[in-house]
Amino acid sequence: MVASIKHAEQRELTRRGFLRVSFAAGSGLLVSLYLRPRGTREGLAQEAPMPQAQAKVFPPDAFVNIRPDGKIVIQVNRLEFGQGVHTGLPLVLADEMDADWASVTAELAPAADVYKDPLFGIQIVGGSGSIAHSFKQYRELGAKTRAMLVAAAADRWKTTADKCRTEASVVHGPSGQSATYAELASEAARKPVPANVRLKSPNEFRLIGKRVKRLDSPAKCNGSLKFGLDLDLPGMKVAVVAHPPVFGARVKSINDDEARSIGGVTNVFEIPLAKGTGVAVVADKFWPAKQARSRLKIEWDLTGVEAADTTELWTRYRQLGRTPGNVAAARGDEKAIEKIAEKDRIVAEYEFPFLAHSPMEPLNTTVRFDVDRAEVWAGSQFQTVDQMAVAEVLGLKPEQVTFHTEMAGGGFGRRAVADSHVQREAATIAKRLRGTPVKLVWTREDDVQGGYYRPMHFHRVEIGVGPDGLPVAWRHVIVGQSITAGTQFESFTIKNGIDSTAVEGAADTHYNVPNFHVSVHHPKVNVPVLWWRSVGHTHTAFVMETLIDELATRARMDPIAYRRKLLKPDAEKLLRTLDLLDKESASWRNRLPRGHALGVSCHESFETGVACAVEVSIENKRPRVHRATVAVDCGLAVNPLSVESQFQAGLSFGLTQLMAKGAITLKDGRVEQRNFDGYVPPYIIDAPVTVDVHIVPSTEAPTGCGEPPVPVISPAVVNALAQLTGKRYRALPLASL
Amino acid sequence: MATYQLNVNGQRREVNVDPGTPLLWVLREDLKMTGTKFGCGISACGACTVHLAGVATRSCIVPVSHVGDRPIVTIEGIAQDAVGQAVQNAWVEKDVVQCGYCQSGQIMSAVALLKHTTKPSDQNIEESMGGNLCRCGTYPRIREAIKTAAMQLTKGGA
Amino acid sequence: MRRIRASLWLLALIVVAGTLWMRSSAGAEGPDPPTTAQGLAAWEQVYSVLTHPRCINCHTATNYPQQGDDRHRHIANVVRGPEGKGVPGLNCASCHQETNADSTGVPGGHNWHLAPLSMRWQDTNDRALSSAAVCRAVTDRSGNNNLDGPGLLKHHEEEALVRWAWNPGRRPDGSMRTPPPITHEQFVAATRRWVEAGTPCPAAR
Repeated sequence: MVASIKHAEQRELTRRGFLRVSFAAGSGLLVSLYLRPRGTREGLAQEAPMPQAQAKVFPPDAFVNIRPDGKIVIQVNRLEFGQGVHTGLPLVLADEMDADWASVTAELAPAADVYKDPLFGIQIVGGSGSIAHSFKQYRELGAKTRAMLVAAAADRWKTTADKCRTEASVVHGPSGQSATYAELASEAARKPVPANVRLKSPNEFRLIGKRVKRLDSPAKCNGSLKFGLDLDLPGMKVAVVAHPPVFGARVKSINDDEARSIGGVTNVFEIPLAKGTGVAVVADKFWPAKQARSRLKIEWDLTGVEAADTTELWTRYRQLGRTPGNVAAARGDEKAIEKIAEKDRIVAEYEFPFLAHSPMEPLNTTVRFDVDRAEVWAGSQFQTVDQMAVAEVLGLKPEQVTFHTEMAGGGFGRRAVADSHVQREAATIAKRLRGTPVKLVWTREDDVQGGYYRPMHFHRVEIGVGPDGLPVAWRHVIVGQSITAGTQFESFTIKNGIDSTAVEGAADTHYNVPNFHVSVHHPKVNVPVLWWRSVGHTHTAFVMETLIDELATRARMDPIAYRRKLLKPDAEKLLRTLDLLDKESASWRNRLPRGHALGVSCHESFETGVACAVEVSIENKRPRVHRATVAVDCGLAVNPLSVESQFQAGLSFGLTQLMAKGAITLKDGRVEQRNFDGYVPPYIIDAPVTVDVHIVPSTEAPTGCGEPPVPVISPAVVNALAQLTGKRYRALPLASL
Repeated sequence: MATYQLNVNGQRREVNVDPGTPLLWVLREDLKMTGTKFGCGISACGACTVHLAGVATRSCIVPVSHVGDRPIVTIEGIAQDAVGQAVQNAWVEKDVVQCGYCQSGQIMSAVALLKHTTKPSDQNIEESMGGNLCRCGTYPRIREAIKTAAMQLTKGGA
Repeated sequence: MRRIRASLWLLALIVVAGTLWMRSSAGAEGPDPPTTAQGLAAWEQVYSVLTHPRCINCHTATNYPQQGDDRHRHIANVVRGPEGKGVPGLNCASCHQETNADSTGVPGGHNWHLAPLSMRWQDTNDRALSSAAVCRAVTDRSGNNNLDGPGLLKHHEEEALVRWAWNPGRRPDGSMRTPPPITHEQFVAATRRWVEAGTPCPAAR
């Protein structure tokens, strides 16, 4: 963890002012963005309602560091866990700065106020906002840095800035002079930071909008890149925790004789968990810790703990779904459906199971507690929240907790947990081991059985179809646990008893139905739930897009044409993507081989419009996706290569929902799956063979691309299956065909 | 505890560990070679794939006591091999990785495939890569990169 | 010293046992071979072993092996491959070593592989074939590696992967895998009776 150690060793800097520049001997120009203690807002901060403006003691050192050797190091204020922001944000800054891209490297910034999301006010990867929210921020940082370098050069050459130009980390003067950024760094550091800078117009972009390869790719292909789980510190111990078999159960008694007899095991003790208690096993290395855990004999106290059971939950959800809930959308007449003749009605009930995120890198966090301070290493999507949680467990102030952001092997929402349960576990163990760093590892079994799932959902929809084949009445009831109830986010997400993350994609649909009614029930269930890449859209898009498809089939209309007709005129992004999809899929869409069928869907999420067409057949009783064509409107595509990559791959992630073993189920409170043998995500055979991605040309502000690939694929595939079998698929996971 | 002489990437390495310890953890914790990844521990995801006497092997379930004198090649050493080098280059050229955590294993499986099959069909790729999970879902680019590497190798060999 | 004494005891035991066996089986004109009925009864014992999960899981009719007492499809998309040993990148030997790996619960044995399709003992829906059908397959020299009766006996007696069924190792959770319903000795004895009876097969229905 070279980067981490570097941060730890950096000296404290006095911070005043908004944008501060300094020249550190030996390390070049440091450009730092700080908030004024009392929150005087200027520049970028205007967009950023930040509740805590107090600068932290520990780092933030810089966003940009121009080193004497010409290397330019850019801090990324996000977690990199696949989405490409570790390349995306540096390229934005480097473009405005006219930095030589070949000399740019990126580092993941630690937790600090300065790295908070300008919109959310906490340091987070969420809401597909990494590029969307920091695009302008990084452009301005780049432009200001460039302006200072140019000012320094102009001084040196006794000319004015407007007579200089920059290219590839070099300032060129009017009479053929030139100086590299590295040469100018110390002089530039003494220049005032410009309050306003001109940003490039799109035709001046050198990197933005170009297909730029990932900076982290070589290190990820030769095994040298260190993820959180790869961390190794002197004297470090490894811990695993025996979690209760039913969420919230408590340890009644422990027999650890056999566990302690395993060589290398140093500590076994009970710890409090976010819910219930567990037993921590600490060892010199992972394998003995895991062996010892399996030899613990623990008696659990299950009194007062609800034993959730999937079968019982479905019964309860179905009953709830037949009664109206809290109203999330109401247009026209709720009872209009009742005036429609029975034969012109569709009544559809949908079931969506619990889903685990199961990122490839198992969850982990390393903590060292040194009485008056602590250090944390975690691949966290939620640095601010996790840092506060660790501080609370250790009885420290957040600023006493140095929090390093580690590269993470996927996350999909699982590394942004309101109760920070993994970090709390790690801190609780570290507190006991005072002075000794300890790496907590959640094994795959812990991950699959450990909760924080995409909640189970039941939908019941009644549709009345008009004589033109378009829906005239739509009554929709959604049943599912609230993800945010009881968390610090509920005041933002829950209004009138409705968790917006459960109804997004349905209540705010872009389809124009005159009598439209959506209501929701949020039952309380003893299973922790969490946002799963694209959150509510995982189920709402499936319901909406399969029903719209059914309506199109019923009306004997082309699925693309039907959607165009039903969309509101202001659904510009979706309309544009449907046009592009129509054009780009034309070559194959209407000449499918025998046994192959077309499936279409479109959905907008996180302000990005997506339309998708797939070619599907049935092989070995499973859907085989031969091809997918995707059209995307994400505003300006900052890195089209990355956008393409997100969509090509994100479709496979979305197909998790359709896997035969793509469900977490519970019996008597116990999760029935353990690992990738029982909960099986898509392998290569389950993924689309090819995916071609087409981006709507745009100069509008960039919008998210991390989550929007997910919602469209499952409905598109089952829509194709419906063409092949004549059946509609409404219960997931998808049974044998 | 027992002492084992391992041949890792052409170097002799001695370790003193419990005989039941999976090779994966010996590599990661005793030899500090963390390029080989832990994903599931039950050979269901392929993140831990190494080559054992040339066979792509799931190191998470092979106890070190079973290794013997068979040479071990890991992601850290695969570039020493022409096929390994070609596959790594193709992976970078096609910008395959996202989170990257599974890619060591993907590359090790792909190299094993290309050492036996110079012009892999889609079916060859699906079967040989069939046990390597990528949660990000980079499969379409993995497929492309394997074909790219195969082409480069055939060209180089011609 | 102790070892030598134990060896002597063992030798003595073998001599005595051998003599007893020769006496019991050596009549004036040699022993009567088992009747067809006895051979068929012995075959049923053999069949009970062949269709046990430890054996039949790798005698599939599909392009994949099975696992577990519930005979589910092998995890991680393992395929048969051209020689029944998987494919490059995903060979049987990618996981299965020369011996069982009890610390991780992965079974192993020399030359771990799937039986050829000619030796499939189940249908494509993973249902075990009838006793008659398995018997026909086992005795068909065009598909059984050209083994005659004594050859089959030797195979059942000595083949490493056959013997593995009675030493199947631990599951990942540490418990022992279930062996076939009769011991290896009983299996060999039953095979011998069946072979001596001329490898009779039940009539197909």
